[in-house]
Amino acid sequence: MTLRQAHKPAVTLDDVAVIRGSRLVLDRFSTSAGAGDIVWIRGANGCGKSTLLRLIAGLLPRASGHVTIEGAVALADENLALDPNLSLELALRFWADMDNADPGTRERALVMMDLVALAEIPVRYLSTGQRKRACLSRLFASPAPIWLLDEPYNGLDSASATRLDAALINHSSAGGITMVAAHQAPSINVAQSISLDRKSVAV
Amino acid sequence: MKGFFALVSREVRIAWTGGGLWLPVIFYLAVATLFPFVTGPDKALLARTGGGILWIAALLATLLPIERLILPDQQSGVLDQLAMRGWSDELVASAKIAGHIVAFAVPLLLSTVVASALIGLPESQLSTLLTGLAIALPALAGLSVTIAALTAGLSGASALGGLLLVPLAIPVLIFGAGTLAESPGNAMQLLAATSIALAALSPFAAGAALRAARG
Repeated sequence: MTLRQAHKPAVTLDDVAVIRGSRLVLDRFSTSAGAGDIVWIRGANGCGKSTLLRLIAGLLPRASGHVTIEGAVALADENLALDPNLSLELALRFWADMDNADPGTRERALVMMDLVALAEIPVRYLSTGQRKRACLSRLFASPAPIWLLDEPYNGLDSASATRLDAALINHSSAGGITMVAAHQAPSINVAQSISLDRKSVAV
Repeated sequence: MKGFFALVSREVRIAWTGGGLWLPVIFYLAVATLFPFVTGPDKALLARTGGGILWIAALLATLLPIERLILPDQQSGVLDQLAMRGWSDELVASAKIAGHIVAFAVPLLLSTVVASALIGLPESQLSTLLTGLAIALPALAGLSVTIAALTAGLSGASALGGLLLVPLAIPVLIFGAGTLAESPGNAMQLLAATSIALAALSPFAAGAALRAARG
C-alpha cells in the first residue's frame, strides 16, 4: 500500500479546548502523532474520545488552541455513511469515486474485511457486524493517510478483529497515522496511548 | 466538479427509488380529481380557478419529500464524510437543490399536463402554467432543501416545515398565480426574479443550517 501524499502526515494538537453544549469536553489538551504511529485513545464512556476524533476530522469547532493536520483524514465511527439501497460494492464505489481512489484499493479493502462474498448484497440487509466491517472497508478504501477509528472492535468477531489488526499494522508500516478510540486495549502494539480520563468541568 | 454531478445524480436516484417519482404525481392527480367535486361541474369556473389550485398543489407537493432530503444523510454520516473531504456546506446544499429540481421537475410537469386535462384548463393556460411552474421550480426546491436542513432532527419536522414554507412561498404563489391572468408578461418576470433570488440565497441558508447542526 502506498500513500499518495508526498509529504509525511502529521497531527498536532496544542492546548486545545472543545465545548459541547455547556460542557468543557477537552481542556488544555495537547498531543501529536507522526508517520507510522498507532495511537490508542482510551477512557471511560463520555470522556471525549469521539469528540477528539471529530475535532481532528475537522467536524467540530475548537474553543481555543491550535490544531494542525497535515494530510487527508478518513473517519470510521458508528455512522455507516453507505446508501442502504445500493449494493455494498456500489455504495463503496460512491466514496472511492469521490476520493478518486483506484479500483484496486477498493477491491483490496473488500478482501481485507472478507466482504467479497457480500459485495452484491444491498447494504440494508447486512447484519450489525457486517455493517461494521463495511464501514471499516470504506475507511481502508480511502487514500487518506490519517485514519480515525471510533470503537472499531465493537461488534466484530475475533476473525474480523484479527483482520482489522493486520490492516492497521499494514497502514502503519506504509507510513500512515492511525488513531483508535476504544475503551478496551487493542491487541496490537501502539506507539502511544492517550488517556482522557479526567473530570470534565462545567463552564 | 465530477463529485458535484455524482452527488446530484445520487439525489435524483434516491428520490426516484424512494417514492419521489410517484408520490407527487398521485398527490397532484388527487387534487385535480377532487377539486371538481367541490366546485361542481361548472366548466367556466373550473377553467378560471383550476390553474390556481394546481399552483397550491405544486407548492404543497414540494413539501412531501422534506423528511428524506437532509435527515437520512445527516444520521448516516454522509454529510460528515462530505465535510471531511473538503466540501463546503453551501456546495452540498447546492447539489441537493440541483438534485431536487431534476427529481421533482419531471413528475411535476408531466402530472401537470394530466391534471390540467382532468380539470379542463384551456390549452393556452396549460402552457402558461407549465412555464410558470418550470420557472418557480428552483425557488421551490431551494425552499424545501432549506426547510429540510432547518428542521432535520426536530420532532414534528413536517408540521414545522409546513409552517415555515407558507410565509416564504407566498411571493412565488402570488406571482405564479398572477401569470394565469389575461397578460402574464409582468407577473412572469416578477416570478422569475423571485425564483432567482430564492434559489440564489437558499444554498447559504441551508448551508448555515447544516453547519449549525453538526457542531
